[in-house]
Amino acid sequence: MRLKFEVMDNILVVYLDGELDHHSAEEVREDIDNNIDSRNIRNLIFELSNMNFMDSSGIGVVIGRYKKIDKSGGKVGVVNSNPHVDRIFQMAGIYKIIHKYKTKDEALANIQRGE
Amino acid sequence: MNFDNYMKIKFSSKSQNESFARVVVASFVSQLDPTIEELADIKTAVSEAVTNAIIHGYENSSEEVVIECKIIGNTIIIVIEDSGNGIKDIELARQPLYTSKPELERSGMGFTVMETFMDEVYIESEEGKGTKIQMTKKIKVVQNGE
Ligand SMILES: Nc1ncnc2c1ncn2[C@@H]1O[C@H](COP(=O)(O)OP(=O)(O)O)[C@@H](O)[C@H]1O
Ligand SMILES: [Mg+2]
Repeated sequence: MRLKFEVMDNILVVYLDGELDHHSAEEVREDIDNNIDSRNIRNLIFELSNMNFMDSSGIGVVIGRYKKIDKSGGKVGVVNSNPHVDRIFQMAGIYKIIHKYKTKDEALANIQRGE
Repeated sequence: MNFDNYMKIKFSSKSQNESFARVVVASFVSQLDPTIEELADIKTAVSEAVTNAIIHGYENSSEEVVIECKIIGNTIIIVIEDSGNGIKDIELARQPLYTSKPELERSGMGFTVMETFMDEVYIESEEGKGTKIQMTKKIKVVQNGE
């Protein structure tokens, strides 16, 4: 798993490139949380174009970050999830609490407007 | 039992082997010409069962996980076994969102994923003895010219 981060205002975009399973989850969790804490982040966008595998460990990672961001009233978005990932997220009801956007720009615009 | 092809692997219950296990099973299954979607389903189900053996069965002590695969016609049968803690209440364990380890950010969706992505999932488990998960999936035959 390779993580790439971008910051725009108080929005953190995380690119999850590779495979998200129980093995990679711990590192992913720590890296994202460190970025949220050290860079004054309020909102979070997961960019998933290059995530080529995910199992239910990914649900735990996403819900865990949602709880952290939600505490301070921020928003979490998901961009470019493939159909397989969508099925897994839907099983867990993730799209009831986290918005799915078609593009990163759409996600940024909506979150900046506070939607 | 009669089968057309068979394989068995045994590996340490280390989390690095989760990706190893799903890649090995996927390449064994590829002789049935699965679609990319069918392969993703199988890899995900294998990942769930192997992860469970490692974190719940052995609670991260290093022991052995065994995977056996059989091909009968167009059906793949995958058995994933640990000799760890076992499951006290199987009905409870397979409930969506039930996890005994919420502190590890587990989602409790592993069995739901296995049951959604595979045709059949059988769980055999005894406390203190271990757990055996058997999953089957029939790979659809694509007709020429379709
Ligand atoms: N191989 C196993 N050995 C012991 N307990 C298990 C095993 N597999 C699953 N379990 C139990 O079943 C529960 C549900 O499993 P699962 O649906 O994969 O959710 P999760 O792994 O997120 O907890 C686990 O929390 C655990 O208590
Ligand atoms: Mg699990």
